[in-house]
Order: sequence, then structure tokens, then C-alpha cells
Amino acid sequence: MSILVIIEHDRGDVAPAMFEALTVARELEGDVEAVVIGEGAETAATQLGAYGAETVHHVTSDELGDYSPEAWGQAAVEAIKELDPEVVMTAGTDRGNELMAQIGARMDLPFVANCVELNDDASEMIRSQWGGALHEETTLDAEIKLVSVAPHAVEATTEEAAGDIEELEVEIDAGLNRTVIKDRVVMNEGITLSTAPVVISGGRAVGSAEGFAPLEELAGELGGKVGCSRAVTNNGWRPHSDQVGQTGTRIAPTIYIASGISGATQHWVGAMGSKNILAINTDPEANMVTKAGWAVIADLHVMIPAITEEVRKRKA
Amino acid sequence: MRILALVKRVPAPGARINITADEQHVDDKHLGHAVSPHEECATEAAVQLVEKHGGDVTVLTLGPPEAEEQLRYAASTGVNKIVLVPTDGTPYDPQRTAAALADAIGQMEAADGEFDLIIFGNESADSGGFQVGVRVAYALGRPMVNAIKGLEIEGAPEGHIIARREIDAGVEVYELPLPACVGVKEGINLPRYPTMKGRLASKKAELNSIETDSDAGSQKMVRLVSPPETVNETVILGTGPEAAGAVVDLLEELGVM
Ligand SMILES: Cc1cc2nc3c(=O)[nH]c(=O)nc-3n(C[C@H](O)[C@H](O)[C@H](O)COP(=O)(O)OP(=O)(O)OC[C@H]3O[C@@H](n4cnc5c(N)ncnc54)[C@H](O)[C@@H]3O)c2cc1C
Ligand SMILES: Nc1ncnc2c1ncn2[C@@H]1O[C@H](COP(=O)(O)O)[C@@H](O)[C@H]1O
Repeated sequence: MSILVIIEHDRGDVAPAMFEALTVARELEGDVEAVVIGEGAETAATQLGAYGAETVHHVTSDELGDYSPEAWGQAAVEAIKELDPEVVMTAGTDRGNELMAQIGARMDLPFVANCVELNDDASEMIRSQWGGALHEETTLDAEIKLVSVAPHAVEATTEEAAGDIEELEVEIDAGLNRTVIKDRVVMNEGITLSTAPVVISGGRAVGSAEGFAPLEELAGELGGKVGCSRAVTNNGWRPHSDQVGQTGTRIAPTIYIASGISGATQHWVGAMGSKNILAINTDPEANMVTKAGWAVIADLHVMIPAITEEVRKRKA
Repeated sequence: MRILALVKRVPAPGARINITADEQHVDDKHLGHAVSPHEECATEAAVQLVEKHGGDVTVLTLGPPEAEEQLRYAASTGVNKIVLVPTDGTPYDPQRTAAALADAIGQMEAADGEFDLIIFGNESADSGGFQVGVRVAYALGRPMVNAIKGLEIEGAPEGHIIARREIDAGVEVYELPLPACVGVKEGINLPRYPTMKGRLASKKAELNSIETDSDAGSQKMVRLVSPPETVNETVILGTGPEAAGAVVDLLEELGVM
């Protein structure tokens, strides 16, 4: 059996989730080969042997450049037709899922997104629903099985393989570049919610936009970032970029301090990657409290300033 | 401008997602329902674009008869036309859903003309297939980009859209010729709440229904399961400001001071 892994990369930078997908691909029964497409593909190609790709197919065409879901999707389809794999896999990132959906649409094949576990030939799998709060066992009956691997489902490991690079020239319609990236705006904002070592969130109980000032102060003392729940963004108290959860950001700080947040499943799936969680809540039965490693049962309006004061005292 | 937004009715679970005894559904007996947050933003984006450029907004859903509730809610927030593609309780995998939606959109366009822009959510909140929009766009022969957090139209109606997608290091800008499709993410806007007038109008809005033919897809769900939960003995550090010392001890221990 042959397993083709379509590599998500940005001008040569391979997405970290791709190494996880390659790790999962190696666990299936078959030979792992990779496909790289577009601008920077040469650079991406050289990194894949270390993760078990025997052959790396470098797909070329005059029409391929920066990322375009349609042009890259069609290029992947041409490669699949040429290489005839049984399983086609990628990472369940924005681009990975988009590209696989393009392939599925163009070849009229089913596509199973965000798998956390697969059997030997990808005919049975467990996939994630509700942002990971629920699992679905699924069977897939198709001549070519299209799947993506949920980010963080496994830890990426290396396994040295040949990684021979082979060119594969394809023909694609220039019109498909109507969806190519036209421009980029580079932002360098230092630590972000998803990379911060400390995240201090407030929920509905904070009560207002101004109510976040004490959280900002504590975050400032600890070099952390302020986050929030959807109840807060819905009220317009904080921008959506601060929202933790299924439709917000997934965080993984050393410690997450969740104050006045009940811990609904959609919030929890964004927070569960945190290494430690401290809940501050007046309700000892709140989901956030029972799921956290640490809790203080108190009013956040009293507790947050008290913590800030104590931090300052010890720093002095 | 004629703009179409596609939404899906989903249960709104709280602290836990319970599964029915036959393991086929989320147990929604005691739950409210909503549309996926990304799709609320799809509807809002459509309404805002029409407020700016003129035209009308249609909202379409494929789902059970109860989805009328979500369509009427949309009608109360400035949507002109609401359409239901009724399902009969048999499973709809993403391929089948997309085929049925493309068929329904084809019928609507044959009757009333082409949509200039079709807006999807990035992914549905429950099943999260990450593909229905892409499949529908392909069936209609239109350009499609997903994960969009900024959307403008230039030179409507023949012009193009500028669509922005956030990535770790910044923003990617796409320019798609109309007619086009996009999938949007929550955060692109802040959906409005219904006004009293909107609520009254929505009660009178005509609910259109479109029948479609579609074959069962080849991705079959066997059952739903709850993922293994990490059980935690929560350590209670205190019940008031005197707990601040214990909290800061913890912060020191974790090395984040
Ligand atoms: C499809 C879908 C997707 C969603 N996506 C997200 C998402 O990405 N992120 C997200 O956050 N939500 C999301 N939600 C919303 C989610 O279901 C909850 O409604 C939301 O997280 C609740 O926010 P909250 O905890 O701030 O508010 P509440 O649930 O109202 O909780 C407030 C908490 O504050 C406590 N409290 C009250 N007073 C005090 C006080 N003085 N001091 C300390 N504690 C106090 C209460 O005991 C309670 O636990 C989504 C919902 C749906 C349906
Ligand atoms: N049953 C449905 N009715 C209407 N639109 C849908 C339906 N299912 C999916 N969609 C649209 O397609 C997007 C992607 O869905 P999915 O592929 O399930 O993640 C959603 O955000 C909706 O905009």
C-alpha cells in the first residue's frame, strides 16, 4: 500500500503539524511518500526524509507559485492520479484541511478531517468533533482515502528514510490562480495568546470592559497575556483575538488562570492544552473548578488584585 | 449584490456533551440550539455588505424542520429571505450535504439569478468536516478561500472581493473575482442582536422550502464516544484574599514569576 502525505508549507517552512501527520502515516501499513507543491517546495522537500518519507515528489508546473487553494489542490490531484496511492494524508490545519477538501471535491472522494487515530489502511478511524470535546468512530469506504490528522493527536518523532527527491511535472489551468495569495501583511507582536507562558482570563463575571484592568495588571507583572470567554467577546468587552476556545484560540501556557469562567466544553477545548490550570470562581461546582488542578473559591474582583499585590511584594 | 449565507443548526451544550443511548447523536433534549459561531458571523458579514453596497441577503440551511428557529432568528437580524432544505433524519455526511446544498443553490439561482457572493462558516461547530463550503464552491465553479477574518468588496457587483486570512506571522490577502465563495471565522465581525422591529418582521417572514435529491455519502459514522477525560483532584488553595500567598507560591514553583 502507498501512503501519500501532502506537505503543508509556507514558502518552504513546513508546518509543525505536518511532522505529526508524517509520524501517524508511518504507523499505517505501507510506504510513506511525500508531495511538495509550490514556491519553496525544494526547501520543504529536504526536511522530509528525517520523518520517514522514502520518496519526496516535487510537483512542478509553470503555473505554481505561492499558495493558492485551487491551484495547489489541482496540482495535488494530478500527482495523485500519477502516483496512484491508497491513502492521502495531511495535517488538520487551516491549509491542510482546505487543500484536502479541494482534492475531495475535484476527485469526488470523501474526506475525513481531524483524525486522532486510524487503523492500518485508514478504513476505520476516530475523528474529533466539537473541537475535540467529542470523538466520532467512522468507517471510510473509498478507492483513495483522504484524511487529515488532528494537530497534537500525537507527538512528532523522527525516523530516518531515504527522502529521495523526484520531480513530477504536471499541467494545471492558469485560471486556478484566481485564489493565489496576492499580498501579505507581516505582524510581529512578540508573545501571543497561543505562545504566552501565563494566560489570565476573565469570563462573564468580570462584568465590563473596564473590569479587565486588574487582569491586565497581573498579566503585566507576570509577562503574560489576558484572555477571555465568548461571553466577554459577545458583549464587546474584549476583541475576539483574546477569546480562548473552540472558535477562538487554543492555548498551552505553563499556567492558565481562569477567573469567572464556568468552563463550558467549547471554552475547555481551548484551555485543556494548558500545563496547569488555576480556576478562580465563586461556585465550587463550576466545571472549570472541578476540572482544574488548582482552585480558589472566591470573588475574582477581590482575588486578582490580592494576587497582584502579593506578586509585587515578593518581587520587591 | 445578491448574497447567500449558509448556516447549520447545532445543539448548544454546556459543561458536558451527553450522547444518546444509541450513540448516534448528541443528546439535545434539554439543550438550546444555535448556529455555529462562524456562521453567525457569515450572516452578519452578508448583512453588512448589503447595507454598504445594496442588494439582498438570503440565508439557507439544510436540516430538520426545527431549523426554522435558526432561520427566523436570522430574519430578525436583517436577512431578507430564508430557505430550508429539509432532511428526513437519515445521515448526511459532508459529501452528501454539499451535493444537496449545491443542488438547492442551483435551483435558487435558476429561478432568481446568480448570487454574487456565497458565505460559509469555516467549519460547522458540531461535526466540523472542514469541507462543505469548498465542495459547494467547486460544484458551482466558483473560487473559494476558507478561514477568512476580513472581507471587502471592490467595484461591486462585477468587481472582486478582498479576503484576509490570519496566520501565525501575519495576514494573507486574497483577491477573488465575483461571483465568489468564502468561509469565514468568528472574529470577522460582532454579530448584532435582533431589534424589536426585526423580531416582529421575522415572525411574518416567508419560509421557503427546497427539496433536493442526494445519495448517501461513503463516510459512515459508527458511533459517538466521549474522549477519555483527565480526572483531576482539584487542590483548593483557599476561599478568599488570604489564598493569594498560596497562589503566588504556586507561581514561584512553576517558575513564571
Ligand atoms: C458552537 C459553540 C461554540 C462556542 N465557542 C466558544 C469559545 O470558543 N470560547 C468560549 O469561551 N465559549 C464558547 N462558546 C460559549 C460557551 O458555551 C459558554 O457560553 C461561554 O464559554 C460562557 O462564558 P463564561 O464562562 O464567561 O460565562 P458563564 O457560563 O456565565 O460563567 C460565569 C462564571 O462566573 C462565576 N462567577 C460569578 N460571579 C463571580 C465572581 N464574582 N467571581 C468569580 N466567579 C464568579 C460563575 O460561578 C460562573 O461559573 C461556544 C458556544 C457554542 C454553542
Ligand atoms: N447542514 C448545513 N446547512 C447549511 N450549511 C451547512 C450545513 N453543513 C455545513 N454547512 C456550511 O458549510 C460550512 C462548513 O461545514 P463543515 O464542512 O461541516 O465543517 C459550515 O460552516 C456551513 O456554512
